[in-house]
Amino acid sequence: MNIVVCAKQVVDVSEIKVDPSTKRPVLSGIAKKISDIDKNAVEEAIRMKEKVGGKITVLTVGSADAKERVKELLAMGADEGVVIVAPVDSEYSVVATLLAAAVKKLGQVDAVLCGEASIDLFSGQLGPRLAGVLDIPQLTYTTKLTAEKDHVTVERNLGDHAATMTSPYPVLISVTKEINTPRLPSLMQILSSSSKPIREWKAEELAGGPLTPKIKTLDIKGVPMSRKNIVYQDDLDASIHKLVGELAKEGVLR
Amino acid sequence: MQLELTEQQKMIRNMVREFAEKEIAPIAAELDKKEEYPTKTLEKMAALGLLGIIIPTEYGGAGLDTVAYATVIEEISRKCASTGVITSVHNSLAAWPIIKYGTDAQKKKYLPLLAKGERIGAFAGTEPNAGSDLAAMKTTAELKGNHYIMNGSKTFITSGPKAGIVIVFAVTNKAAGTKGLSAFIVENTFKGYKVGSIFEKLGIRASQTSELIFENMEVPKDNLLGKEGDGFKIALSTLDGGRIGIACQAVGIAQAALDESISYAKQREQFGQPIAKFQAIQWMIANMATRIEAARLLVYNAAYAKDKGERISKHAAMAKLFASETAMDAVIDALQIHGGYGYTKEYTVERLFRDAKITEIYEGTSEVQRMVIASSLLG
Ligand SMILES: Cc1cc2nc3c(=O)[nH]c(=O)nc-3n(C[C@H](O)[C@H](O)[C@H](O)COP(=O)(O)OP(=O)(O)OC[C@H]3O[C@@H](n4cnc5c(N)ncnc54)[C@H](O)[C@@H]3O)c2cc1C
Ligand SMILES: Cc1cc2nc3c(=O)[nH]c(=O)nc-3n(C[C@H](O)[C@H](O)[C@H](O)COP(=O)(O)OP(=O)(O)OC[C@H]3O[C@@H](n4cnc5c(N)ncnc54)[C@H](O)[C@@H]3O)c2cc1C
Repeated sequence: MNIVVCAKQVVDVSEIKVDPSTKRPVLSGIAKKISDIDKNAVEEAIRMKEKVGGKITVLTVGSADAKERVKELLAMGADEGVVIVAPVDSEYSVVATLLAAAVKKLGQVDAVLCGEASIDLFSGQLGPRLAGVLDIPQLTYTTKLTAEKDHVTVERNLGDHAATMTSPYPVLISVTKEINTPRLPSLMQILSSSSKPIREWKAEELAGGPLTPKIKTLDIKGVPMSRKNIVYQDDLDASIHKLVGELAKEGVLR
Repeated sequence: MQLELTEQQKMIRNMVREFAEKEIAPIAAELDKKEEYPTKTLEKMAALGLLGIIIPTEYGGAGLDTVAYATVIEEISRKCASTGVITSVHNSLAAWPIIKYGTDAQKKKYLPLLAKGERIGAFAGTEPNAGSDLAAMKTTAELKGNHYIMNGSKTFITSGPKAGIVIVFAVTNKAAGTKGLSAFIVENTFKGYKVGSIFEKLGIRASQTSELIFENMEVPKDNLLGKEGDGFKIALSTLDGGRIGIACQAVGIAQAALDESISYAKQREQFGQPIAKFQAIQWMIANMATRIEAARLLVYNAAYAKDKGERISKHAAMAKLFASETAMDAVIDALQIHGGYGYTKEYTVERLFRDAKITEIYEGTSEVQRMVIASSLLG
């Protein structure tokens, strides 16, 4: 079985600070990592491979330095990586087009896995868009996956209810954080990952022409959240009374 | 001149950092309190290859360089100094002398067991009357037929109650002085091997430290490590490498003290503002961070020298001396920054304060390190 995992390099959002004067997030000098849920997708791909055999290719659209991050996924157990170097303003329609072109270039692909969303933008669009461009079935928000030779059965978390579904291959599956705990690579796996291939494909060559973003991001600003910092220092009963009154006044309690 | 870890070393450090955060940090305080050996953690570490860091791949290890090894010990010690020293002793005091001085048969027999964590390694040099003056040891080993008969006792042995493979030093020729000491690979299953009392300690309480007692213990002749009379040389060269491990442990403890201090100082308010705004606190944090950086570079310097095959006695002694004193300085300031709260078991810094002290004592006290450094300079 040929499995493709789409994984994105993101900045470590827990380290982002907002510049108080411009309100813009300060991104320089912040460590980069693979988006958390994409690691769950890689882990699930490894488990699929362990069960039914096959080969795992990691695809990432981003900057060339994503290679170092992709190596971590190869150490976990993926077999090869492809970094598609694309302009920074590539938004989801562009990324989905590129990934679809890459999947086609790879030849016969049975399953495409991705995270339900990336931790930086959290739009949740990529999986569905990619399935759309590839014109294959999609199983989103997967919390449990059972792979068989000719089909896959998943449980999906759809908010107000859960659904169990099966699909033949090829299929796109987006996973949630709950699906598994990504493994840590052993020292030996880290060492052997250096001999696994990581290819670099150019966006324009892959797409066969220039790519025009449909969405233009004008600005990104942090929303200041001011806290009231009220401390109730009376005895407990009186404090609770005041707190409840205050919350009601704010419309938090009705 | 390259003062940066390679991408591979960074990957290893990141993996161990994540492992330590997820698997070691949550249980460190409890193991300390109960003086409980981290058996389960060691099993998980074995699966990741962390018990065979420097063991060659042909014997089931990862065959890594000393710099990578240093990052591993630092990251583990940053979350639990007990697990740090167990790992350091296992790799650098038990596996290393077998890698360096062992016969092919000894390597084939023992290194895979250590690499897979099926046996924990220990190093038994110290005796009640032979601490800094290791050559004063009294344990004897006498060759009778195919066995050495060993009698005596060792004290303060890290992992003593849990170890399966112990590098033991004993006198084989009393008249020859330091040239009369020999090293042996001893298994805990040998007849006459006994674990004595376990010490109740100030710090690194999850690393069990005990006496080992040998009563007419039969050690197969094949378990002599190196040649008869090589013992002292083996002990000193092994400790040179071990000191890099302890220096890493010290840097890890110091880094943890800094981590805790920064987060506490930002969040604790007195006089209407975070205490991080007071210059007195800022200076402590600045000093701590500067010394840690210097200590880490000394450690990498010693590790790098070892990888190049240079003589490292002086480098390793300097790294260990400076790093352990840095750790002590750091925990004293970190506890001060925590005020009364740091004096309680609610805060990690209390454990760090107790753990740091040992790094100035074992594998050569700070006085001994200064002796080593001075003698390499003065001859
Ligand atoms: C928790 C723990 C774990 C240990 N693990 C191990 C282990 O796994 N294997 C092992 O073999 N040993 C181990 N040790 C023993 C450790 O290495 C010794 O404690 C250390 O070498 C010091 O020896 P000592 O305790 O006998 O102190 P002493 O040698 O009696 O020293 C007492 C004081 O005198 C000073 N001193 C001694 N000689 C001189 C001198 N010539 N000039 C100036 N000052 C001097 C020392 O620096 C020290 O301050 C461990 C010890 C502890 C506490
Ligand atoms: C075992 C124990 C027994 C105690 N017994 C009593 C008792 O019987 N009665 C009682 O009332 N209290 C008692 N205390 C409380 C003790 O007096 C306080 O812990 C102490 O005054 C420090 O306050 P704090 O712990 O809140 O630290 P903080 O005031 O939060 O101080 C934290 C750090 O910030 C520094 N800092 C704070 N303000 C400034 C500044 N303006 N400039 C520079 N640095 C600053 C401090 O020096 C310290 O390093 C006890 C505490 C302990 C641990």
